[in-house]
Amino acid sequence: MKSGKFWAWVVFALGAAYFFIPLIATVEFSMRMRRGAYSFDAYQIVLGDPRFQATFGYSVLAAVFTIILGVLIVVPAAYWIRLRLPHLRPIVEFITLLPLVIPAIVIVFGYIRMYGSNSPLPFLATDMGTNALLVIGYAMLALPYMYRAVDTGLRTIDVRTLTEAAQILGAGWGTIIGRVILPNVLIAVLSGAFLTFAIVIGEFTMASLLNRPAFGPYLQNVGANRAYEPAALAIIAFAITWGCMSLIQILSRFAPRSANRPN
Amino acid sequence: MAEPFLSIQHVRKSFGATTVVEDFNLDVEPGEFVSFLGPSGCGKTTVLRMVAGFEEPSAGKIVVAGKDITRLKPNQRNVGMVFQAYALFPNLTVAQNIGFGLKVAGMPRADIDARVAEMLDIIKLPQMADRYPYQLSGGQQQRIALARAIAPKPKLLLLDEPLSALDAKVRVSLREEIRSIQKKLGITTIFVTHDQEEALSISDRIAVMYGGKAEQVGTPFEIYNRPATKFVANFVGTLNVLEGKVTDAAAGTVQVNTQEVSLKGKLNGSKSGDMLSLALRPEAISLGRQPGRDSSLSGEISEVHFLGSVIRVRVGIGGHTVSLDTFNSPATPPPAVGEKAEISFSSSDMLVLH
Ligand SMILES: Nc1ncnc2c1ncn2[C@@H]1O[C@H](COP(=O)(O)OP(=O)(O)O)[C@@H](O)[C@H]1O
Ligand SMILES: [Mg+2]
Repeated sequence: MKSGKFWAWVVFALGAAYFFIPLIATVEFSMRMRRGAYSFDAYQIVLGDPRFQATFGYSVLAAVFTIILGVLIVVPAAYWIRLRLPHLRPIVEFITLLPLVIPAIVIVFGYIRMYGSNSPLPFLATDMGTNALLVIGYAMLALPYMYRAVDTGLRTIDVRTLTEAAQILGAGWGTIIGRVILPNVLIAVLSGAFLTFAIVIGEFTMASLLNRPAFGPYLQNVGANRAYEPAALAIIAFAITWGCMSLIQILSRFAPRSANRPN
Repeated sequence: MAEPFLSIQHVRKSFGATTVVEDFNLDVEPGEFVSFLGPSGCGKTTVLRMVAGFEEPSAGKIVVAGKDITRLKPNQRNVGMVFQAYALFPNLTVAQNIGFGLKVAGMPRADIDARVAEMLDIIKLPQMADRYPYQLSGGQQQRIALARAIAPKPKLLLLDEPLSALDAKVRVSLREEIRSIQKKLGITTIFVTHDQEEALSISDRIAVMYGGKAEQVGTPFEIYNRPATKFVANFVGTLNVLEGKVTDAAAGTVQVNTQEVSLKGKLNGSKSGDMLSLALRPEAISLGRQPGRDSSLSGEISEVHFLGSVIRVRVGIGGHTVSLDTFNSPATPPPAVGEKAEISFSSSDMLVLH
C-alpha cells in the first residue's frame, strides 16, 4: 500500500517533469533576449508585429466560421443518427475519424486538383473561394472532435424519449431542436467549438499550401528566421490552447444534470 | 354501449417480416380508464404508440371522437402521454415543463401561469414550480410528467408503464393518485402495465394482451373470475391447475388423480375420455371440509408459508400441488408439513380451461 503510493508519485513526478521541463525551458529562453537580464522584449516584438496581428486575426475569423459550419453540419447529423438511424452510427463514427488518418497534405492536394480554376467548381479561382475552401477543410479536420463532443452530449440525454415527449405536446422540429435538444447539448457543442478553435489557430499545412495569410504559416516563418521570438510565440500559442481547454472545464460544470435517476 | 370515444379497429403492425400486433380491436367509452395488461414483449407499447402516432399501423384504423386519426402526426393529435422513463426536459424548470405544451400552442403567458399553478395543485406539489427535474424524486418527476401531459387538456391520456421505475410504496400511492385525478378530470385514459395487481386495482376495464392480440377485454371482476382463455387465467392472479379426465360426460363427473369430482354443466361439450385443465383460485379452496363446499380432494401438506395475516399452504394431490390461503388465527397453529389433509371447494368456482 505505502510503496504503491510511493511509486505512483514517482510516475507522476516523471510525467510532470516530461511535460513541464521543456515548457519552463522555453519560457526561460523566451525571456533572455536582453543580454544579462530577463525581459519580455521578445513578447513585445511579437505582439507588436503587424503580421502577427493580421495573421492571428485571420485565423480567429477562420476559426469562427469553421465553428459555425461545424455546428450546422454536426448537430443535426448527430441528432438524426441517434434518433432515426442508430444502425449507421458505427459507419458515421468511422467517417468522422478519417481526417485523423488521412494526412492534411493529401487532402489539400486533392482539393487543389478538384477545385482548381479550370474545374467545374473553381473555388481556387478567387480569394474568397479559397478562404471558403480553407474553412471547409478546417471543418473537416475538426470533425472527429466536434462529432465526438456533440455525440457525447447527446448520450447524456434520452434523445428519443425527449423528442417524443416534445412531439406529443405539439412541438415541431424547430421547437424540438431549439428548445429541447440544443439547450441540453450546448456545453458539449461549446467544448467542440473550443477544440476546433485550438486546431484552427495552429494549423499549418492547409493554410500554407492554399497560400492563406494564417497564423500557422506565420509561426513557421518566424520560427525559421528568428531566435527568441519563436519561443515567445510558442508560449503564446500554448496559453491560447490552454485557455480554451480551461474554458471547456469551467463550462462543463454548468451542464444540465441528467434527470434520469430512479427515485 | 354508448358511442365509443376511441375506437381501435383491426389494427395490425409489422416490423419487417415480424408481426408484432395482429388484428387488435378495442372500443373505449368517454371517460373510461382501460388498462393494457400483458407480459413484456406482447405489443402493449406498440399499440399505445400507434394511438399516439409514433408508429403507423400496417393495417386498420384508429378513430377518436368520430375522426379518423390513423395518419395524423403525433403533434397534431392532441393526446397526452406519460413515459416510463420520466422524460422531463432537464433544462427546464418544473413550471416550464408543465407549461411546455401550452407555450407550443401559443397560449398567452398569464393563462399559462394560471394553468400551471392549477396543475401543481392537482398533483399536490405547489411549492415545486422553480425546481429542476434532477432535484426531484422519481415519484415527483412522474407526477410532473402527468401534469405536463394533462395541462393542454388532451382528448386522450396514454400512460406507458409510468410506475415501473418507482419503488413499491410510491407505486401504490401514485397509481391511486393517477386514478383519482383521471376520475376528477373525466379524461379517457389508456394505461399500460405488466403488473396484474396494478391493472386490477385501478381500471374500469382491462384488455389482457398476449402475442399481439387482445385475449380478453372486460372488467377486472370478469377478467379475474371468468377468464376466457388459459393464458388469461394463468396470467391474472394465482391459479391452481389440475389435470382431469372426463369419466361420464352426461353426469359431469371428472376424475382427478383417482378421485372423482362433479362438474355438472361446466364441461362445455367435452366427451367422456377427454382430458381437461381445471383451475381454482387459492381463495376458493378451504382446508378441511367446510359447509357450503360441495367437492373435496385429499392429499398431503407439502409446504407452509407463514405470511402474517395469511398463511399460504401447499397441498400435494397426486402429481399436482394446490396452493391455498387461510387466515392466521392465534388460537390454532398452522398445519405441519407431511400431515394428511383434505381440501374442499365448490364446483361452481372451478374454472374449466379450454
Ligand atoms: N421498432 C421496432 N422494430 C422492431 N421490432 C420492434 C420495434 N418495436 C417493438 N418491436 C418488437 O415488438 C414486440 C412488442 O414490443 P412492445 O410493444 O414494446 O411490447 P411491450 O410493451 O408489451 O413489452 C417486441 O418483440 C419488440 O421486440
Ligand atoms: Mg412496453
